[in-house]
Formats: sequence, C-alpha cells, structure tokens
Amino acid sequence: MNFSTLIVQLVNGLQTGSVYALVALGYSMVYGIILLLNFAHGDIIMVGAYMVYYGIASFAFPPVVAVILAVIVSTALGVIIEKVAYTPLRNAPRLSLLITAIGVSFLLENGAQMIFGADQKSMSPMVSGNVRIGSVSISMAAIVTILVSVAAMVLLTLFVNKTKMGKAMRAVSEDMGAAQLMGISLNRTISITFAVGSALAGLGSALYLCAYPQASPTMGSMLGIKAFVAAVLGGIGSIPGAVLGGFAIGILEALVSAVHLSMWKDAVVFLVLIVVLLFKPTGFLGRKIQEKV
Amino acid sequence: MENFRMKTWQSYVLNTVLIVLLWTVMTVMISGGVITNYWRGILITIGINIILATSLNLACGYLGQLPLGHAGFMAVGAYAAGIFMKAVPAASLIKAGRNAALVPYIFAAVVISAVVAGIFGLLVGIPALRLKGDYLAIITLGFGEIIRIVLTNIDSVLGFKFTYGSAGLARIPKYTGFNTAFIVVVLCVAIIHTFMKSRHGRAVLSIRENEIAAESVGVNITFYKTTAFVLSAMLAGVAGCLYAGYLGSLYPSTFKFMKSIEILVMVVLGGMGSMLGSIISAVVLTALPELLRAFSDYRMVAYSLALVLMMIFRPEGLMGRYDFSMKKIVEDLVNGKIHINIPKFKIPFCRKNRNVQGGK
Repeated sequence: MNFSTLIVQLVNGLQTGSVYALVALGYSMVYGIILLLNFAHGDIIMVGAYMVYYGIASFAFPPVVAVILAVIVSTALGVIIEKVAYTPLRNAPRLSLLITAIGVSFLLENGAQMIFGADQKSMSPMVSGNVRIGSVSISMAAIVTILVSVAAMVLLTLFVNKTKMGKAMRAVSEDMGAAQLMGISLNRTISITFAVGSALAGLGSALYLCAYPQASPTMGSMLGIKAFVAAVLGGIGSIPGAVLGGFAIGILEALVSAVHLSMWKDAVVFLVLIVVLLFKPTGFLGRKIQEKV
Repeated sequence: MENFRMKTWQSYVLNTVLIVLLWTVMTVMISGGVITNYWRGILITIGINIILATSLNLACGYLGQLPLGHAGFMAVGAYAAGIFMKAVPAASLIKAGRNAALVPYIFAAVVISAVVAGIFGLLVGIPALRLKGDYLAIITLGFGEIIRIVLTNIDSVLGFKFTYGSAGLARIPKYTGFNTAFIVVVLCVAIIHTFMKSRHGRAVLSIRENEIAAESVGVNITFYKTTAFVLSAMLAGVAGCLYAGYLGSLYPSTFKFMKSIEILVMVVLGGMGSMLGSIISAVVLTALPELLRAFSDYRMVAYSLALVLMMIFRPEGLMGRYDFSMKKIVEDLVNGKIHINIPKFKIPFCRKNRNVQGGK
C-alpha cells in the first residue's frame, strides 16, 4: 500500500467516521439523559435518507432544500417517537424501555418497507467532482461531509455548553430528580434532546447519501448499530467521546478495507467493541457509574 | 380432613401420560389426514420456535439479562448438525427408509449441536456476563453478528468448502420428522423445567431478583449466570439442529439480528419468566401468520407494533410470571377449591430503578 492510497483511505475513513460521529452524538445525548439505548435512532436516519431521495428524485428540490426537509422530518419523527413510545415508560424498568426501543426500530423498518418498497432507491450523487492535492485525489463529497459534520459538532458543543437549554440538558443528565426540583421542565428538556439528536441524524442521513447514494429500508440498522458502537467506544453520554469514537470506527473500517478484508469489516468493528467493553466498560471518555446498594 | 397432595412421582406419571396422549392424538390426526403435510411442517416449525423461545426465556425471563444474540447460537448448532449429517451416511439411510438406523445419527447430531453451541455460549458468556443491562445486550448482539459474519466468510480463510459461505450449506439430509421434533421439544422443555425447579433454578431466580442480595447470601453469581446462559445457548443450538434437518439448507443471512429479535418478541409477548407464556406465544406467532397468509406483508409490522403496545400497556407480557402446573390443578380439583386462578401479575424487573429515578 503506497502513501497516496493510505491518504485516500484515511480521508474515506474520516468521511464515514464523521457520519458515524453525527449519529453517535444522537445516541450519546439520549443515553446521557434518560439512559436509553435508542435503537430507533438508526431508523430515523433511514427515514431521513428517504426524504432526501424523494426530495431530489421526485420533487426535484435543490439538494439543500431536500436536506432541510430531511432534518425537519427526522426531528419531528424523533420527538413523536419520544412522546408516544418513551414518555409513558419513563418510570418503567429500563429493560421495558429498551425493548420498546427495539420495537419502534422494527416498526419503522417494516413500515418503511411497506410504504417505500423493499428495493434500494438509487439516486445520482448530490456532490460530485474531485480535488487534487499533489498526487492525491480527494472527492468533493468527502470534504463537504467532513466540513459539515465538524461544523455541526462545534455548534452542538456550543449549544450544550453555552445556552440555557444546554445547561438544563446537562443538569437533567446529571441528576434527573434534582434538576426537576430546580424548576427544569423534564418533558421539555428530554424532547429537545431527542429533537437535537434526531436533527443530527437527519443531517447524517444526507451526508451518508453523499457517500453511498442509495436508500433502503434496512440501511439504518447497520449504520445505527455501528454508530452506537462508536458512542460506546468513546464513552456513552460524552459528546467528545462520541465524536472520537465515530472517527475511530470510520478509520478502522477504512483501514480494514484497505488491506482487502472488507468482508470482515463489521466483525472487526464488533470485536473492537467487545475488547474495549471488557477492558474499559465506560469507553474512552465515559463517566464512571457507581452502583449503590 | 387433610388436603390431598400429589406425590412427586405421581405428578411425573401424570405429565408423562398427558404428553404421550398429546403425541398419540397428533399422530392419529396426521395418519388420518386431519393434519396435512403442510401443517405437519408448520408443527415442526412451531416446535423449533418453542425451543428457541423457552431457551431465551431462561436467559431473559429467569436470569433477567437481555441477550440479543440468540440467533447466533442457533446458527452454530444448525451448522454443526448440518455438517455432521452431511458427513455421515444419513442421506442414504433416509432414502432407504431405514428410520431406525437413523436414530443414533439424529441423537448424535442433537448432542453435537448442543455441545458446539454450548462451547460458543461459554466463550460468549464468560466475557459478556461481566457486563450488565444495555452493555450485555449490545455485546451479545456483537457476538451474534460476528458468528454470522464468520459463517459467511470462513471459507476464504480455511481455503476449503466448510460452510459454503453466503451460497448456503445445501443438501443436508432432511432428518427432522414430526416424531423427532416432538421428542426433542419435550426433552428441551423438560430440561428447562426441571432445572428451574431445582435449587440451581432458585439460585438463578435470586440473581434476577437482586444480584447483590443473592451474592450476599452465598449464591455464586458468576457460576449461575454462566450456567443458565450456556444452557440457553445449548438449547438454541438444539433448535438449530432441528431447523437444519427440517429445511435441508442453511444460509447465514437467516440468522441475522432480526431472527434474535423475533425470538425475543415471542418471549416478551408471552411474559418474561413464564414458560407457558413462551410456549403459547411461540405457537400463536408461528401459526397465526400461516392462517393469515393474505396479511403476511404486515407480519413484521404487526409484531413490532405488538411489542411496543405490549410494553406500554402490559409490560409483564401475556402471562406475566404465571406458570402452569398440572399437579396443582389436580390437587385443587380434588380438594374442591378450584377457582379461577388469576395469575399474580408482577412487573418483571420491577425493582425501583435508581438510575432513572434520580441519583447515580
């Protein structure tokens, strides 16, 4: 493997990694606040991808409008799921909540299969062209993806750290009961967390389509699981951790593909997850959760 | 007057008689043509699903963990049995109609698939059971997917045809008949039942109720968690063995994450921690789609919707933790205190969840 292939693979890795990171942020925020593995998150991406596809292919919207449509629909979907499926179970045992999330995920997947059809919908790439830097040729899509996702992450960090709502979110994830006593509206904070996470998923779906321009009902499940792995790897509940994990998984996959083992890509990702969980169950940057008797 | 109580051996005899009776009725119906060939196949599928659901119930309902890789163990068992049966001269025996000579091979296949799946269960369980809750779910999901990916790609590493990759392991002799399936199902259910009624079963239940409390009264948590998990994996392997012999060909794509969820749906709908619930929902969820062929497109939508609604409105499942006991019914009948026995519904995992409620 020569140097320029390595660079190209690394850029590819960063491109998929930034999509994973965006999706992982949604997982991580939701987990941080209500300790729920939102299995449906991956399928929100799938719905977002269909919105982009129909926006561009059927209604001939300009790509930016289609992406905004996808973000709006994903946000709405995320909030609706939270209100309908998760709010009634807020005080239920965690396992019930987890099973509900799995149920919602499969409902979305199979619902999409009924509505949109089981076949893959291919579209022409939204961003085309290459940029040459020296002997290395990098696709425009990769550059756009990386820039957009880094911008989104910076905005999210500012939102969480600088705004009042962000403060409320941090407070709820720290201690739900105490936050409520301090006058923070639990319902509103949790809904906004879902909204922000799902909006990022919508954006992620558009960026995913830049790399692989086709939508299918099951595209969300693997992408979602990988992003979840990224979130766990980085330390679930931690925003920089999710970003770090996303890029780590993306680059890992690219490197595995670079040595012609792309068939084993998923297995390697899960293996790394298992090893990390065994030796550092809280991930790279996770908080330590202590169990009280 | 003293209350009538059945002796243990009497209840065993009663249950055996009932099972033999059920088998006789079904056999008569099959030979009389009431149960068509088509429905006999469905009965076998129901049997496979009963084993899958009750074995997952062991890890999920009784042990209180949430493993999401059950399909992986089923796949391991299925491939082990399939490869074994292709290696031995089972196909020619079936062709010659020498069913009696086939029995030892089937027995060996069941044992092999159980042992191989058990080994994998041990390999997965020892690291996975160190984690809890969501992490355990995700790590078993990871293992299940790894098993599937390995089954798909192992040939390119070994350099010879072993699992035939995504093309599938075809032409396995079809050794699973109705009788085989019936006997294996009864054995599997009996194993789980007796395990749960033994002191080991009570230790497993105590882990579900409160791990720390169980440990403090001297229950070896790691040992019992691993035992229950491995037993669950072994029985999933046996289900895989029946599956391989019923279909005659295996594809890694059958054993996706989706399959694990389908089994989980059966357990959850039936009621986590109720053997009767698992069996009923395995029967209903297998037979219903066949009866409603016209709606087969909506099957998975209905499953997932049922799962969500069940969790919101009746998180304890259809049967809760109620378990059925013939012995108890007979005793109550004789003692004249039969009344509609409303099962005590307790929400599974109803310990107050500190993590959600407040402080860490």
